[in-house]
Amino acid sequence: MTARAARLFLALSAARLFVEPAAAGEVPLSERRSGYEFMSRETRAMQDDDTGNPGTLWVLDGEALWKRKAGASDRACSDCHGDARESMKAVAARYPAFDPALRRPVNLEQRINACRVGRQKAPALAYESRDLLALTAYVTRQSRGLPINITIDARTRPFLEAGREAFFRRQGQLNLACAQCHDDHWSGKLAGSPITQAHPTGYPLYRLEWQGLGSLERRLRGCLTGLRAESYPYGAPELVDLELYLMWRANGMRMETPAVRP
Amino acid sequence: MNWREACAIAFSILVGNAFAGDSIPASLTGAKGDPARGRAIVANRQVGLCLLCHSGPFPEERFQGGLAPDLRSAARLSEGQIRQRIVDSTKLNPQSIMPAYYRSEGLERVAPAYRGKTILSAEQIEDVVAYLTTLK
Repeated sequence: MTARAARLFLALSAARLFVEPAAAGEVPLSERRSGYEFMSRETRAMQDDDTGNPGTLWVLDGEALWKRKAGASDRACSDCHGDARESMKAVAARYPAFDPALRRPVNLEQRINACRVGRQKAPALAYESRDLLALTAYVTRQSRGLPINITIDARTRPFLEAGREAFFRRQGQLNLACAQCHDDHWSGKLAGSPITQAHPTGYPLYRLEWQGLGSLERRLRGCLTGLRAESYPYGAPELVDLELYLMWRANGMRMETPAVRP
Repeated sequence: MNWREACAIAFSILVGNAFAGDSIPASLTGAKGDPARGRAIVANRQVGLCLLCHSGPFPEERFQGGLAPDLRSAARLSEGQIRQRIVDSTKLNPQSIMPAYYRSEGLERVAPAYRGKTILSAEQIEDVVAYLTTLK
């Protein structure tokens, strides 16, 4: 190749780089949609009617647990926090939240367990156990209809950035990043099912596929398995960082817990 | 490389058809694949995974994907171009969401069960290539 040809070649290669589509971006505010909007009329109706919404059973269980004494302290949640309908209003909408003791964000399940172990002197509840899901659903239910409200400050920013980085990182044998589906192809269908925008407005939620209530972490682990990527254990910092990022990008959207999803 | 070749390459880059990486003319196994086995691989959602994103002539398969072109559009491609797109489509388009089916290196956080393994074997890829070339 002559020097002139080589220069032309390089210039054209560089030009092509600039005309490549821009890197994946987040969903613009005006286009943000809850998974609810992608559902069939029947599934929406199931969510909307408390008597038909299976998640209500967990919420009711959670209400009973809230008032039940537990642990060596022989205290119930309600002994300190009173009526959850007042004290827990809008609380779940700002989780994951910074825990000064751990110096990192914790999700609501972790916050509940910290209270159980630290205050009630009771053993921690297992992730995805009926009781932990029930308490989490009951507390989160007190934010239903209220906007997600994650505030980021100097303490939480590094964790938000770690979560964002994970969202845009290709991983697994299928070599896909969350963003490639949920930002770039959210209006498409994967095997006939809407992909949606990954706004976690309704967790813990009742998933028809699960035939039960499950947490956002359960959903994230399912997605990672689908990518044939290494999963993380429940409560892993990497999962909580991702939860923080997902809740933050849904800021302002209304909470739906207990939501129903296909 | 002479002037003419350089211009041809530059042109092909500009219009989006990369010169190298667009086609793998030779069979990965040295043999022809079996189209019937290829069809079964394409239709299997745990093996080929194709119908998660693509649709195709599979009247018996419900819930096909809508993220990628219908597989019948492979008719416009040569056998070598089809092979390249299965082996590693990111060679053609770095932003592609199509997994590289014959690549096990340079991947992050692969689950232990799949580590060091390709999505399909060379034989399976040749079967799929053989099947897709029948879609005209």
